[in-house]
Order: sequence, then C-alpha cells, then structure tokens
Amino acid sequence: MVPLSWYMLLSLAVFTIGVFGFLTRRNIILMFMSIELMLNAVNINLIAISHYMQDLRGQILALFIIAVAAAEAAIGLAIVIALFRNKATAHVDEVQELKG
Amino acid sequence: MILELFFAYFAFAIIVLSIVVITRRNPVHSVLWMLLLFFHIASVYLFLNAEFMAAVQLIVYAGGIMVLFLFVVLLVHIKEEIKISKFIGAWSAGFTFAAALFVVVALSLRSFVVAPPGKYTIELIQQETHTKALGKLLYTEFLFPFEIAALILTVAIVGALVLAKRRLKS
Amino acid sequence: MNFQVPELGPIVPELILTTLALIILIADLFIKRKEIVALMSIASIIIVTFALISSSGTTFGGMFISDGYSTFFKIVFFINVILCVLISMKYIIIEKINYGEYYSLILFSTIGMMLMASAADLIVLYLGLELMALSTYILAGFIKHETRSNEAALKYMLLGAFSSAFLLYGISMVYGLTGTTDIKTIAAIISERGLEGNSAILLSIMLLTVAFGFKIAAAPFHMWAPDVYEGAPTAITAFMSVGPKAAGFAVLGRVFMVAFASIKIDWATILIIMSILTMGVGNIVALSQTNIKRMLAYSSIAHAGYALLGIIAANNEGLASMMNYMMIYAFMNIGAFAVIIMLRSEGFRGEDINDYTGLAKHHPWAAALMLIFMFSLTGIPPTAGFIGKLYIFLAAINAGYTWLVVIAVIFSAISAFFYLRIVMFMYMREPKDEVVLTTSAGTGFVLGITTIAVLFIGVFPSYLLGFARAALAGF
Repeated sequence: MVPLSWYMLLSLAVFTIGVFGFLTRRNIILMFMSIELMLNAVNINLIAISHYMQDLRGQILALFIIAVAAAEAAIGLAIVIALFRNKATAHVDEVQELKG
Repeated sequence: MILELFFAYFAFAIIVLSIVVITRRNPVHSVLWMLLLFFHIASVYLFLNAEFMAAVQLIVYAGGIMVLFLFVVLLVHIKEEIKISKFIGAWSAGFTFAAALFVVVALSLRSFVVAPPGKYTIELIQQETHTKALGKLLYTEFLFPFEIAALILTVAIVGALVLAKRRLKS
Repeated sequence: MNFQVPELGPIVPELILTTLALIILIADLFIKRKEIVALMSIASIIIVTFALISSSGTTFGGMFISDGYSTFFKIVFFINVILCVLISMKYIIIEKINYGEYYSLILFSTIGMMLMASAADLIVLYLGLELMALSTYILAGFIKHETRSNEAALKYMLLGAFSSAFLLYGISMVYGLTGTTDIKTIAAIISERGLEGNSAILLSIMLLTVAFGFKIAAAPFHMWAPDVYEGAPTAITAFMSVGPKAAGFAVLGRVFMVAFASIKIDWATILIIMSILTMGVGNIVALSQTNIKRMLAYSSIAHAGYALLGIIAANNEGLASMMNYMMIYAFMNIGAFAVIIMLRSEGFRGEDINDYTGLAKHHPWAAALMLIFMFSLTGIPPTAGFIGKLYIFLAAINAGYTWLVVIAVIFSAISAFFYLRIVMFMYMREPKDEVVLTTSAGTGFVLGITTIAVLFIGVFPSYLLGFARAALAGF
C-alpha cells in the first residue's frame, strides 16, 4: 500500500513546478498551462485524500475544479485572441501599455 | 511491492513531464507533452479507485481543454517564439520562491494527520460502482454546487463569445 | 433512492436574480435600445431586494445560509450594481461597447457575490467566487478594441486564476485535516481533534489568506489592482473596486471567524502584517500617481488595509464596523468614479490629474461633489468616510490594538496628500482649456444619491451602524 504522504508530496511537487512556470515564463499560453498544472496538482491531492479517507466529497470538488478549469480556459483563451487581434503578441512583457 | 513500483514510475513520469511542459520553447510541444502528462495523471486516479475521475480527466482535460490550447497556440506566431528567450529575466527569483514554497509546505505536511475515515469504503464503491456512487452524491447532496457550476459554464460561453467574436451587433 | 426537493425559501433572492439575468440575456436579442436592458437589470435588482427581506435560514444541507450578515453584504452588492449600471448607461455608448451582455454579466457577477456572502461550505464558496471572478474578467476586457482593456482582463484573469489555485490547495488541506468542507463542522472538528497548533492547519490558513488577499487587493497580493483598474472600463473599475472587495471581506469574515475561530491568534498575526503592508503600499505609492484611476486603485488598496482592522479585532464590534465601512466605501468610491466618468467624453479620456486643473471655474458643481468624495475618502468630518474610519479604529482599540490604530492614523494622514492634491488642482489652479462634461440622468442620479448618503451617514452615523450591529445578531 502506497502511503498517502507520497501522493501529497507528488501533488506538492507538481504544484510548485506550476508556480515556478507561472512566475517565470514569458508566454501567456505557457502561464495558463502552468495554472492548469497547479489545478491538476490540487486534484491529485483531493482524490488521494478522499480515497484514503473513504469519503467522496474531495472527488466531487475535483469534478467541479475540472468544470471551472474548462470555463476558465475558454475565457482566458478568448482574452488572448482579443489581445492578439490588437497586438499580435503573446508575451507578458510586451503587453505593457499599463506601467506598473 | 508491485504497487509501489507502479506509483514510483507514475510519480517520476508526472514530475519529469511537468518540468518538460514548462521548459519547452515551442508552445505546441508543451501542449503535446501536457497531453501525455494528463494520461499519466489519469492513471494515478485509476490507482486511487476513481475511474470516473480518470475518464473525466481524459475527456475534459485531454479532449477539451488541451485541444482549445492547441487551437490558440496555432493562432499565435510560433516562428518568432523559437528565437527569443523563454524565461523572464528574473527567473531565479521565481525559482527561489517556488523552492521555498516547496520546503515550507513539505515541512508543515509532516504534521498532517488525515481525518477519520468516512463511510465510502473501497468495497462499497466497488459494489455500487464509482460512477453511480459519485452521481448519486452529485445529484442529491451536492445539487446546489452543481447548479452553480452550470451557471459558471453559461457565463463562460457568453464571455468567450463576447470577447472572441470579431464584431458584435450593437 | 429518494430525492427530496430542498427547502427553497432562503435561496429565493438568488433564484429570482438568476432567472431574471437569464431573461435579460435572451431579451437583449430583441431589444434595440440597450438603455431598456439597463433599466430592466435595475428593476430586477429592486425585485430581488424585496425578496431578500423575507428570506432567512439555511438550506441544501447547510451549504447555503441566509442570515443578517449575508443580507447586509447583499445590500452592499445591490447598491453597487444599481449605481454602476446607472453610470454605465451613457459611458458604454461613448466607449462603443453598448452591448446588452454587459448588463447580464454584471448580474451574473452579482449572483456570484451573493453566493459568496451566503456560502456555508467551502465548495459553494469556491464556485461563487469563480462565478463572480469569471464574469468580472470578461467585463474588465469588455472594450476589446482597446489594448489596455485586453491587457487588464488578461492580468486580472492570470492572477485571479493563480490565486484561486492557492485557495483550492488550501481547501484540499483543510479537507484532509477535517474530513469536511462545511464551515461550521470544520470549527467543531478542529477543536475536537485538537488541531489548534498543527502546522498543516496554519499552512492552509496562509494559503486561504493568499487567495482572499488577492480578491480584496491587499498587499503583497495587490500587484494586479493598479493595472486592472486603469485598463478596465471606468464603470467596471467602480464596480469591481466595491463588489468583489466586499465579497472578499464577507468570506474572509465568515471563514476566519467561524471555521478558524479557535486559532484566532495565528490568523490575526498574519492579517496584522498584511494590513500594515497594505496601508503602507496603498498610501505611499498613491502619492506618485498621475492617472486618477490608478490613484484610486492604490486608494482602494489602502482602504482594504483599514477594513482589515475590523477583522483583526475579531469580535462582533469589529465585524460590524467592517461592514459599516464597506457600505460607506461603496457610496464614496462610486461617487468619485461617477465624477471621473463625467469627464470622459468622445475623444477625451479625462483620466489624467491635469485634466482636473481649474475644474471649479467652469463646473463648480462637479468640483464641489469631487471635493466631498475626496474629503470622505480621506476621512475628514462631517463626511461618511470619517465615521467609517472612526468606528473601525475604535473597534481595533477596544480589542487591544492601539499601536496598530496609531499606524493606521499616520497612513491616513499621508493619504490626505494625494486626495487633497486633486482638490487643490480643481480649486487653486487656473484652467488651461475648458473640459466638456458628459452629463446624463443616470450619472446625475448616482451623484445625488452618493452625495446624500455620504453626508447623511456622516451626520447621522448611528442608523447604519445600528443596522450592521443588528445584522450580526446571532452570527
């Protein structure tokens, strides 16, 4: 039997890789993919916990996360398309009309 | 023992694939590697006796979201992409933050104690089948969040149309 | 297996608003004049307000709770919607984004906020938050022919999704530790299993704080706010500087005060650091801004810092003063944005502080109203802003955080520099060229209501605070 902590460490590793990707990549689409990685890490965590706890609540939440991730991807990519029409770029540091 | 070996393979593959995904220069390659990653994650769900989740992972993530990504990636210039640098200048700061996050969370995970088990034992789920058990819960106890999720999807459709359509009638 | 229809009484307002929002979405196809759509959405909010008064209780197995606390916040959201729709009607014609979806998305976003305020379960909380956030992302990018609006939507979306991943990671940890996502049960299980000092629960509190910090734009999670507030359509900036912030405070109050009540000391420490940082960053960076929307973004960050004091006090008095503050902030902030919107006309943005030079000469009324709102945002009596700050500082002092209040007062004094700079520009400089004001019945109405509210609450503060206190009875 694989202990639960292994799954949680796996989830943590994927989550931090996602955080790293989000913070460092310049490409907007890669940043979105890093967020998807983080959400998948959360799903691994939830499904593993719910399996070891013999409770289905975590899997239900994981199901909702997948649904919301789909909605988020649709809107996010629509924004990228709208931006691309005006600007023809997919790099965060090239879209800086707003100086921060 | 055999279970541990399987887990070791999948965990290793998932971590390596995640790193591969975020370090590719060409976004199309990233998307394709991510597809492979999702297959591995779905297999992990199978280990955890969550067949339905594995199927949803493949259908929605691999079949839906990744295809959407692929479409958009193809709209954006790739030739330029391959020539310029992948990471922002201050990537080491990002690395430090992510590494620190990993260490902090891993340390506090040591005191993690899982809550006492509930009623959905493996036998019960096997007897009832996973899809049915999940479906029953989804349409009774979790009906309310399910309805909200429907609303979120409506907003997503409206929003994606509003933003991506070239010209709206006004 | 038997299926029982859940009791629908407590959730009637949300149901009605959802139905009406969907009807408006469809009706928009047939209605040529979009002002009618705007009036329909205001009418639906008024209908829902009547339904709200009579609804209370819990339903759906305790996932949804309608109590005084949630009702108060819902009224803040309704005021926010009505005022923002009214200032939008003319504005979105000027921006050439006069589409009916604009109004239905505002309503969907409001449903999300209502669900957040009423969420008694972390799953409902998450979904409500996403419903609100996704609609707001779209609205922020609504001027799709303008790059800075696209950019605002993109930044908001990327950072919002990033923060909700943290929220989910936190929820998954809480779920693992307690076996439930129900906010009340979490509190019971934490004390039952003795998880008070557990570092994993501290970690999950931190993760939740990160996510809520993003929503209320508290430092160090505020980076998105200035860019998004500047790039988004001005009416939407007004909308999201009040609505999502108030919703964020509503869940912050409920989750921390109910679920994690037994580990008050730990989260109070985190919030104190966050509050000091937020007030510091907001007030100091605002000093150097030349774009007024950007300046109000930093001001909105600073106000989140003050309102956090109410939660740090961690008692009913603190919560009541925080709710009071949110209501006052809604009036004064939307009032200020209504003046900014009046300056926007065809081919003229009117967002630079220099555009306000000598405004008092040609448009004494507009300048006088801006003066009132700026005084209120600074916290000068007899305006409502003073009352809001006074009560929140009193609550913090009574809870033993005198030193924190001293810091807040110092930052509040610093804030006078940038708010009153605008007043100085308007009254003490000679105008360069005349600014044309875009007036409309909607904007005039909003300015009237907000001015009356700001002055009335400033002179008779006991009504609103009494209402907030009564709303908290039985929380």
